[in-house]
Amino acid sequence: MSVDNGPLIIGFLCNWCSYAGADMAGTSRAAYPANIRIIRVPCSGRVDPLLIVKCFEEGADAVLVAGCHPGDCHYNEGNYYSRRRFALLRALLDFMGIEKERFQVEWVSASEGKRFAKIVTKFTEEMIERGSRKAS
Amino acid sequence: MSRIGVFVCHCGTNIGGVVNVPEVVEAARHMPLVAYADANKYTCSEVGQASIRDAIREQRLDRVVIASCSPRMHENTFRRTVAAAGLNPYLLEISNIREHCSWVHSDSKDATAKAIDLVRMAVAKVARHESLLPKQVGLTKRALIIGGGITGIQAALDIASAGHEVVLVEKEPSIGGRMSQLDKTFPTLDCSACILTPKMVDVAQHPNITLLTYSEVKEVRGFVGNFEVDILKKAKMVDYVKCTGCGTCWQACPERIPSEFDMGLGSRPAIYIPFAQAVPNKPVIDIANCRYEKYLKWKETEEGPEPPQCRICEGVCPTEAIDRSQKDEIITEKFGAVVVTTGFKTFDHSVYGEYGGGRYPDVISSLELERLMSAAGPTGGEVLRPSDGSHPKNVVFIQCVGSRDDKVGRPYCSKVCCMYTAKHAIMLREHDHEVQCYVFYIDVRAGGKDFEEFARRAQDETGALYLRGRVSQIYQEGKNLKVLGEDSLIGRPVEIEADLVVLATGMEPSDNADLIAQKLNISYNTYNFLIEAHPKLRPVETQTDGIFVAGTCVGPRDIPDCVAHGGAAAAKVVALLSQDSLTTDPLTSIVDPMKCVGCFACKEVCPFNAIDEQVTRDKRTIASINESLCKGCGLCVVACRPGAVNLRGFTSQQLLSEVLTLVRG
Repeated sequence: MSVDNGPLIIGFLCNWCSYAGADMAGTSRAAYPANIRIIRVPCSGRVDPLLIVKCFEEGADAVLVAGCHPGDCHYNEGNYYSRRRFALLRALLDFMGIEKERFQVEWVSASEGKRFAKIVTKFTEEMIERGSRKAS
Repeated sequence: MSRIGVFVCHCGTNIGGVVNVPEVVEAARHMPLVAYADANKYTCSEVGQASIRDAIREQRLDRVVIASCSPRMHENTFRRTVAAAGLNPYLLEISNIREHCSWVHSDSKDATAKAIDLVRMAVAKVARHESLLPKQVGLTKRALIIGGGITGIQAALDIASAGHEVVLVEKEPSIGGRMSQLDKTFPTLDCSACILTPKMVDVAQHPNITLLTYSEVKEVRGFVGNFEVDILKKAKMVDYVKCTGCGTCWQACPERIPSEFDMGLGSRPAIYIPFAQAVPNKPVIDIANCRYEKYLKWKETEEGPEPPQCRICEGVCPTEAIDRSQKDEIITEKFGAVVVTTGFKTFDHSVYGEYGGGRYPDVISSLELERLMSAAGPTGGEVLRPSDGSHPKNVVFIQCVGSRDDKVGRPYCSKVCCMYTAKHAIMLREHDHEVQCYVFYIDVRAGGKDFEEFARRAQDETGALYLRGRVSQIYQEGKNLKVLGEDSLIGRPVEIEADLVVLATGMEPSDNADLIAQKLNISYNTYNFLIEAHPKLRPVETQTDGIFVAGTCVGPRDIPDCVAHGGAAAAKVVALLSQDSLTTDPLTSIVDPMKCVGCFACKEVCPFNAIDEQVTRDKRTIASINESLCKGCGLCVVACRPGAVNLRGFTSQQLLSEVLTLVRG
């Protein structure tokens, strides 16, 4: 982990909407804190809840999953599955001793670059306030 | 052991201005399995690509990481680059250090640290990439067109003229669609039938087109290039080989049923062609209304009074073409591509209580007026009031009925109503010089070649009075209708005594458009309009390869747009069918047959029906992926309980290695 100051956030972004939305944030130079590391996945429905648990187990401070808005999924219905799976996972996180606020699911379209920057900025600030998981 | 090469791009100052590129290169040199690392000013330039090709050869690299712009930008470019140096194009990973790093972070130290992390993740992932080969699958060089309106006709003719076989399926007894119901077309006032029927005849006579009227698509299986479609051919009860279309039968039939083609304003017999220029010009027997068929049905149970036996058509037919032994039949055909052109119907205005809710016979829809004006219509082209058959002198038009109205759940503009109302105003005046037209409108939308001039003509030359505002109520007073509205430009209420009220009903998709979409696995919106792959750049494609959409089933359109749309879909189909085989993307799911327990949780979540059942040699039923159907979404991977399914290019091990590399450092 080489985020010297502040929390490490792992972002899983679907290729068609949110990854493109993050690209759009870049194209429109919408700045956000450098704490997030983005992993590209084809669909938010490709993200295994167990992988997110693994992220936390290994010491990540926060995880963001972003996909297409409901109804806009490139694969028609992938984000409906992720929506349900992650609702369940959030409920389980507290049980596992991980604050559920550290896990966020967002819908970001390919044109919402500025919104993506806003989401990441807000999420990072919240995580800074919450502090590192190792310290807590 | 892998020998990974890392190439970091300065992208001029786009990356290099923020990220310390030499520091990233130096860090990369010490990452596991990295044999070579270097920087480029512009990696995508020919010089940059050449340096990668040279390094692959000289350093014997077997995997490549390029840290540059978004993979959505240049992934394909760089795949070709590594392929040119003899590497498998899928042994490449792109690290996005521009859009996701240098362009959004200003602090050089943070950005450089992040870039190093991103490169390290890409190195970990690329080490687990496998060589992949795209597969070639054959294809059937035939196209299916669903819907024989003007769009379907145009698409069929264009595909057939390019030399491919076409099957055109139409649910009605004749092709022609809504355009055949129109009298004239705006803004040229061409006779609709005169420009349409020659095309209909061309379809019937084209050696490459098979016309299946009175038929419906029941079931669609398969994938691009290899669709298998079940088509229901409804029993026509007429042998089309023997029938000459002489018309003796439909003139002799004693039954009268409201004519669908004339919007119920006229009638037709039970053995009928929908209109005089129908193609094929041969009749079908409407089984639900035929007297003899009713008798046969009665005979099965003998309940109730015995209906008369008729069979007059059989007696008069000179070629003995009536064949009562025909049954509904399902045929299965193979196609490489499908074009959906199922068209529209008009909005049902009976939901508008203020316009009479369908109770007043002299409040008609614009399509009904169209039939009244047509020389081939129920009144022979004389515009007569449905209530008493008199000539209307004061005619009120109301715009946006079932368009631009959230109240009835139709917020969209139907695009053609402003123009056809202008046409109606001009035509009514041509029919009868004493007619005075009043048009209640919200805006006059006349965007199109010669449209504005045409709409002006209705106002200036024919004296139609355009009143900007809504109508609040219509009620019957004596023989006439009282129309209460508002002219919002002068801010006063308006009261008009009308002989006839014409509602400009908007467009909505045909019945069952949603069911057809479900059969074809394509999307539709809340109004059941079909959704194109991209509204601007891929207007006739869908998210399902090999399925194309065109015409008013996608959204409201006028005739020239539909013709262009049909031609566009045809061009896409021809481009597809001109190939000798299709290349499939190898980034699909795969099943480990040893781990699969055959629970088929994967099959339940797959949006593309890409998972088949397969029996192994030891008689276990397991899942197997149809790689031509799989789109690589990875839903099945997460659904799989024993971890037997994986997604090439985004394997569970790869995603995990990215996480571990990042967190453990």
